[in-house]
Amino acid sequence: MRYAMAIDTRKCVGCSDCVVACQTENNVPIGYCRDWVVEVTDGTYPQLEIEIRSERCNHCENSPCVRCCPTGASHYEAGGLVLVTPHKCIGCGACVVSCPYDARYSHPDGYVDKCTFCMHRIQKGQQPACVEVCPTKCMYFGDLDDPNSDVSRVLKKRKFKTLIPEAGTKPHVYYLI
Amino acid sequence: MREEIIISGRLNPNIDPHLTIWHWHIPLYLFLGGLAAGILFFASLYVVLGKENQFRGAVRRAPVIVPLLLIIGLLALFLDLRHKPYFWQLYTTIKIQSPMSWGAWVLMAVTPLSFVWVAIHIREYLPKWEWKWMIFRELEKFFVKYKLYLAWALLFLSTILGIYTGILFSAFNARPLWNTSILGPLFLTSGLSAGAAVIILFSKRKGERVNFAKIDIMLIGIELFLIVHMFMGFLASTEVQIEAANLFLGGPYTAPFWIFVVIIGMILPAVLEFLEIRKFHIPHVIPVVLVLFGSLMLRFIFAYAGQLSRWLY
Ligand code: SF4
Ligand code: SF4
Repeated sequence: MRYAMAIDTRKCVGCSDCVVACQTENNVPIGYCRDWVVEVTDGTYPQLEIEIRSERCNHCENSPCVRCCPTGASHYEAGGLVLVTPHKCIGCGACVVSCPYDARYSHPDGYVDKCTFCMHRIQKGQQPACVEVCPTKCMYFGDLDDPNSDVSRVLKKRKFKTLIPEAGTKPHVYYLI
Repeated sequence: MREEIIISGRLNPNIDPHLTIWHWHIPLYLFLGGLAAGILFFASLYVVLGKENQFRGAVRRAPVIVPLLLIIGLLALFLDLRHKPYFWQLYTTIKIQSPMSWGAWVLMAVTPLSFVWVAIHIREYLPKWEWKWMIFRELEKFFVKYKLYLAWALLFLSTILGIYTGILFSAFNARPLWNTSILGPLFLTSGLSAGAAVIILFSKRKGERVNFAKIDIMLIGIELFLIVHMFMGFLASTEVQIEAANLFLGGPYTAPFWIFVVIIGMILPAVLEFLEIRKFHIPHVIPVVLVLFGSLMLRFIFAYAGQLSRWLY
């Protein structure tokens, strides 16, 4: 099993519902967030192109954050999820520095926190909160090894990219373009 | 033109507007670790070479500060941890791929050995010293007997410690400025140079001071060579690394780096040491302080500038 997410940059309107849903679902402390929305404007006026992306931890297959963690607090969980065990984390910050996407932050309680793909929900067969709540239905979640999952099907149909593939992290969040 | 903005208002402290998760603790820790490694390297080297009596400053006098340096360094590292009650988790596993992990273990080995080294040379400072308890006397006898092995172990461990101070940074491919293998040898050389400088301060014999002034000049030469190589490597590399190099070539860290590290911390002390060797009268504490300052600034500037450098996407 390899969990992955595909996000349609052509449908996303940047409403930030996913950000708020995550903060509520995961009790993210006020002033912090695990996912965020980026708007990229490219070109020179009047030939401008805009891409809007909802970003989060990419649950990389070759994740520098797991590699650099001195205690094993950052680890791979079944399904390729990259997670942090708070009671093993010493808060050294190495993983925060190691993530090319700046997807991690230091929780006010001391340990490092980030997106979990809502593991507690997917274990119950539900979708991650951000996927569930998106009003444009621009996110697809599922198992890459299952050809019939939402994410496998949409990746077969559409063109996609990952963020900074040249960093060699093998991200599991795909952006449909 | 390409403009990227975060429109949902991500404002995670320590990350936005740019990464600053590591403050003064880490560069101070790396400086003290590198300096301690430098002093221990020369102390053990001259025992291994069998020249202990000519180089008493290096072997017996200077190492007295090493345990203190290491303890302050470890304290700085501890202060940097945000989840302090769990710090012992560091010592529940060894993760070879994590420099933070094996650095912690190397320090775990070097620190007690540095205490042993100081203890067996304590009569250099306190000639009448006698251990009160039998066990200490026995231990001293044991370590004096096997001093050569101790020196070999410290020679090896101090080299690893010195390289580690650079590899801690260079292992992060997310920060293009740090992600160069030159950083290991550069920080090792900087630590050795700082160690040689401190030995000059502790040495009582003119010949030994001149010897270490020569070593220091050579090390500074190697550092300058490595720095030039590092920039050549960056500028011939990908866009992100060119951007990283530009932090020092016109960007915000240009003046601090070239003035504090290269001119005041390397070239000036090398010139002063050279003049001293040529019998000009220069108080030897001046180049020593400058070298230490340069070595400290190198760590600070790399720590902060590295956190500014990132992939562009
Ligand atoms: S996005 Fe960052 S935090 Fe998430 S797995 Fe990849 S490197 Fe680790
Ligand atoms: S902050 Fe925690 S999770 Fe991150 S590298 Fe350090 S110990 Fe591991």
